[in-house]
Amino acid sequence: MSDRHTVRVTVNGEPRVAETEARTLLSDFLRHDLGLTGTHVGCEHGVCGACTILFDGEPVRSCLLLAVQAEGRTIETVEGLAPDGRDHLHPLQEAFRETHGLQCGFCTPGFLMTLVPFLEENPDPTEHEIRMALSGNLCRCTGYQHIVDAVQLAAKKKTDEGGA
Amino acid sequence: MKPAPFEYRAPESLEAALDLMAEHGSEAKLLAGGQSLIPVMNFRLAQPAILVDLNRIEALDYLRPQDDGSLRIGGLTRLRQVERMADLPRHSALLAEALPWVAHPQIRNRSTVGGTLSHADPAAEVPAVCLVEGARFRLARKGGERWVPAADFFRGLFDTALEPDEILVEVELPAPRERTGTSFQEIARRHGDYAMAGVAASLRFASDGRIDEGSLVFLSVADTPLVASEASAMLAGEAPSESLFEAVARHAATAEVDPAGTIHATPDFTRHLVGVLTRRALAAAAKRANGEGETT
Repeated sequence: MSDRHTVRVTVNGEPRVAETEARTLLSDFLRHDLGLTGTHVGCEHGVCGACTILFDGEPVRSCLLLAVQAEGRTIETVEGLAPDGRDHLHPLQEAFRETHGLQCGFCTPGFLMTLVPFLEENPDPTEHEIRMALSGNLCRCTGYQHIVDAVQLAAKKKTDEGGA
Repeated sequence: MKPAPFEYRAPESLEAALDLMAEHGSEAKLLAGGQSLIPVMNFRLAQPAILVDLNRIEALDYLRPQDDGSLRIGGLTRLRQVERMADLPRHSALLAEALPWVAHPQIRNRSTVGGTLSHADPAAEVPAVCLVEGARFRLARKGGERWVPAADFFRGLFDTALEPDEILVEVELPAPRERTGTSFQEIARRHGDYAMAGVAASLRFASDGRIDEGSLVFLSVADTPLVASEASAMLAGEAPSESLFEAVARHAATAEVDPAGTIHATPDFTRHLVGVLTRRALAAAAKRANGEGETT
C-alpha cells in the first residue's frame, strides 16, 4: 500500500497522469484510474484476451502488465478506434456490426485490439491465418465464424477501396 | 484481482539490477515479460516482497549475429522480435519453426528469451530448442558471470542452475552445422495452448549418407524438457529409413518417457503422441538435411 507511483502515459493520443499502487494491473488502471472501461477483464491471468490493448503499438494482455510498467509508454484502447462515437466506427467495427461478429460484446474490445494490428500487417489474410490470429481470444457466443467473416469483410472492403 | 503488495524497482542498467539481486536475493523476483509471473502473482501463488523489473534495461534487448554464424540473443529480447528476424532460419531453422508455437502473438509480444528459459516450464518450446541446438547461457551476478550449457541448466520443475542473485543475460546459439536437418512438432488442443506433447529433433548426416548424430528432446512429458538420450543414440551410424524412425519412436514412447498424464491427456495417450510426433519429426528432419525443402 505504501509503494505508490505516479504513472505518466499517452492513451489514445492524450497524455494522462495518475497515481497508483505498484501492484495495480494495467487493465485495472485503465478502467478504474483513467475511467476507460472499454477494456474488459475476463480471466485476469492471460488466457481470455478480453483485456487486449496496444502497448507501444503491439497487442498485449493488459492484465499481465503492471500500470507502473506503462510509465512513458503509448497505449491504445478500444475507445481510440472510434473517437467520434458510434457514427464513425472503425472499419473493422463496422464489419463486426454487419456480419454479427458479436452477440453479448464482452470479448469484442479484445478481438478488435488483436485484429486491427493483424489486418495492418496482413491486409489480405487467409481464413486459416485469421483463425490463428484470433486463437488467443475467447468468445463464448459466436462460435467465431462471424468474427472470421467480419475480418474477411473488412479486408475485402479495404482492398476494394485501394483498388478503386 | 490484484497481486499482493510488493516493493517495485525498475533499474535502468544491468549493474543496478545485479546490485538489487545481490542485496535482496531470494526475497526478490525478477520481472521480464511477466507472461508467467504476473498470472501466478494475480492468483497470489507468488508473493515476492520485491519485484525487480528488468524491462527498462535496453542493453539486454538485442539480436547479434556473429561472424562465425552463431547468434547471440539478449535476455530481454521479446520472442516476437526473434520470430521477426528475417535471417533467423539461417541461424536456427529449429527456433524459427518453434517460436510460432509459443502461446499467442499477444503473449510473444511481451515474453522474453531469458524469461522463458529462467522460468523453465516443462511445456515451454524454447528450452527444448536450446537443448537440441546445444545453446549456452550467460548468467550474470554482481562481480562476475559464467556460461552454462543448456544441457546443465534445467534441473527440475521450474528449477534451473540459476542462483537467487543471478540473471540470465544472454543466449548463444551455435552456428548451424552442415548436412543437418531439424524439425519441431507439437500437439495442443488449440493452437497456442500448452502442448500435450512436443518434440524438437535434429539429424546430422555423414558424407556417406548415414546418420552421424541424432538428437531428440521432448516437452510436456516430464518435470523438465526431456533429453531422450537412448532414442537419440539409436540413430547414430544408421541409414535413415522409415523402419528406423519407427523403432526409435517406439523406444522413446515406451521406454524413455514416463508421462504423469494431465486432465487432457492420459499417460497412454501422451506416449502415443510422443511416438507419432517423433516419427514425423525424424522424417521431416531427414528431408531437410537432404535439402528437400520444407514440409510443414
